[in-house]
Amino acid sequence: MSDPLINRRRLLGLGLGAGGALVLSACGGGGGGPKAGATAPATAAPTSYTGPDVSLSFWNGFTGGDGPVMKKLIDRFIGEHPNIKVAMNVYKWEDYYKKVPAAVSAGQGPDLGIMHVDSVATNAARGVVLPLDDLAKSLSLTEADFSPPVWQAGVFKESRYAIPLDVHPLGMFYNKTVMKKADLDPEKPPQTAEEYMSALAALKKAGIEGHWATPFAFTGTFQFQSLMYQFGGQMFTDDAMAVKFAEEPGVQALTWLVDLVKQGYSPKNVAQDADFIALQNGRAAFNWNGIWCINTLNEIDELEWGVAPLPQIGAKRAAWAGSHQFVVFKQRTDDPNKLAAAKVFINWISQQSLEWAKGGQVPARKVIRDGAEFKALKEQAAIGSQIDDLFFAPSVPGIQDPGPILDAAVNQAILLRKAPKEALAEAAAKADKILEQNRKKYGA
Amino acid sequence: MVGQALRTPAVAKTTPPGGSKVRRAGRFTPYLFLAPYLLLFAAFVGAPAVFGLWISLHDWDYLLPGKPFVGLANYTNLFDSASLVFESFWSSMQATGIFTLFSVPLLVVVPFGIALVLNRKFPGRTFFRAVYFAPYVLGVAVVCVLWRILLDPNNGPVNYLLGSPIPWVTNLPWVWISLVGITLWWTLGFNAVIYLAGLQDIPKELYEAARADGAGRWAQLRHVTLPGIRPVLLFVVTSTLLASANMFGQSFLLTNGAPGFETRTAIMYIANEGLKDYRMGSSAAMSYVFTFVLILISLLNFRLFRTKERS
Repeated sequence: MSDPLINRRRLLGLGLGAGGALVLSACGGGGGGPKAGATAPATAAPTSYTGPDVSLSFWNGFTGGDGPVMKKLIDRFIGEHPNIKVAMNVYKWEDYYKKVPAAVSAGQGPDLGIMHVDSVATNAARGVVLPLDDLAKSLSLTEADFSPPVWQAGVFKESRYAIPLDVHPLGMFYNKTVMKKADLDPEKPPQTAEEYMSALAALKKAGIEGHWATPFAFTGTFQFQSLMYQFGGQMFTDDAMAVKFAEEPGVQALTWLVDLVKQGYSPKNVAQDADFIALQNGRAAFNWNGIWCINTLNEIDELEWGVAPLPQIGAKRAAWAGSHQFVVFKQRTDDPNKLAAAKVFINWISQQSLEWAKGGQVPARKVIRDGAEFKALKEQAAIGSQIDDLFFAPSVPGIQDPGPILDAAVNQAILLRKAPKEALAEAAAKADKILEQNRKKYGA
Repeated sequence: MVGQALRTPAVAKTTPPGGSKVRRAGRFTPYLFLAPYLLLFAAFVGAPAVFGLWISLHDWDYLLPGKPFVGLANYTNLFDSASLVFESFWSSMQATGIFTLFSVPLLVVVPFGIALVLNRKFPGRTFFRAVYFAPYVLGVAVVCVLWRILLDPNNGPVNYLLGSPIPWVTNLPWVWISLVGITLWWTLGFNAVIYLAGLQDIPKELYEAARADGAGRWAQLRHVTLPGIRPVLLFVVTSTLLASANMFGQSFLLTNGAPGFETRTAIMYIANEGLKDYRMGSSAAMSYVFTFVLILISLLNFRLFRTKERS
């Protein structure tokens, strides 16, 4: 029984906060051995696990290049923690969000998983995920360790339900070869409104449609939202009682995107992902896309590309971002051992998020983000530099329900089927009704 | 009505006149034979259908503790133009209607023509029968990914060959042409095979007799072939109608409902409302209204074929 001791010492050495110390003294009184672990309260110290062998099921939607990276991390984790087995199941995100609540309600839910930040409140309200306040406390994690909006987004009704793993913002990807064709400096991508517009004009002169405006949510709606925040707007009122996207900044943002088409900087009727393919084929110079594109572009040998923060078109910098967060699922009967092991796992993976960043993400943890090793990941670091310009939806259940309605409005406008103002106003009226319906449903 | 006269005895009543004797052998025998299916039907169709009615009377989210009873509100909302669901529901019904209106006639007529050709004797007939049926064995995902790539407005080979940027998967009316066209290509083989089986069931003597009476190609088709495949036709029309009304995968994968919500079909919207937004009561109510409409159309369809049979 030397392992637990070492772990405890290491724990002490780390000088964890009061929560950790309390747990330690509780364990000390228990007489040691595996039994101590078994009877440990749910607030067991999350850096070590000394109980009997447990196996955790971990579900997520990492179907892309991120899946193998996570698998590798898990293999390393199992190597370092012989008494914790982790089995990972990967589903398409869409299926995942339908399957998990059903599995949890049937008592067959996984032990832990990943959720996008805007799904956390919904699943907390529906009793799918468990509060993790004690985990944050015993690890002394605070807002300062992450970035305030990312950290705050995991809180619902004053309880924390999620621990951030990463953020994945939009960035401006650019094709250097195409830029050279229009006599633009490929090492100095445009970063202001004037630079951007004159670059597009130069590209047009060279016969290139520089920025393909996609009418689809990926990433048309994300571009719209980024621009809207740049123009000083926001998606929702702070209390999430109503949407704000149909106000002046929203109209300005959507008009800017529609004008790309009208001024011939973008073809009409761009198909899903055609904008990203056009960047790879050398038919477009710029593509505002997610950080997850890095590895895809790296795999194309002859492509000369770079990535920069989104240019500042409006009054301030802003970029859309998503965030993957760890959650722990509710079980029919609580197993304190599994809970303790799950916390060890979350903490460990979170500390390894530099590895995770290589898969095309920005680590949520500040220490790692500010470290030299992350800065050496040139592309990730360029997108990561926007960390203070990101925005997230208010933490309200059902907050993603109005999403498809906004997507349709952006779609109609960029396809030139409706004027931006009209499309947004119609969508906002519907979205407000959805918010109202949700308030009634979730009893807010 | 040569065909009709000759056909009647072939379909003569095959039930034995002494039916009552059979019954005496074991009153419950037929029910015992039916029991396994009945059990499955009751468990997986009957019970959920009744439970669904119960759900449709509530604001139902299976994970929330409170499931308030709302009476018929979920139904009245569908007919109240001020409600949130009214426009979305009926525009999705309209999308389903448009798709059905264009796809059913094509899926009834084109496979029939193909079956007529494939029923003739020519070298390579088996090969062509296989070729026309082949797409049907593919799953909807494969079909849609394949055509999604071919029809990509900006980077697809179809527009490259045509030399014009037609928005096949992004804008009206092209999205409907793509959706109907792909569905036709994908499923015509199935209907063609059903027709082919029907055609092979028509006795050769009928055609000989018709020719002896001086009937030309067209008259043979009208008076021998068409009456001969009427039961098959009823099956094809009914099943195609229901399949088209239940269209989901093609829209979901090819256009994702775009432009706007123009190609979001009823099933797509109902699934979204129930499984993504967790408004299962409202979603169940929509399902029942949708089912009711389908039952009406099917009844109309059966009635249409029956009156034809009587004439």
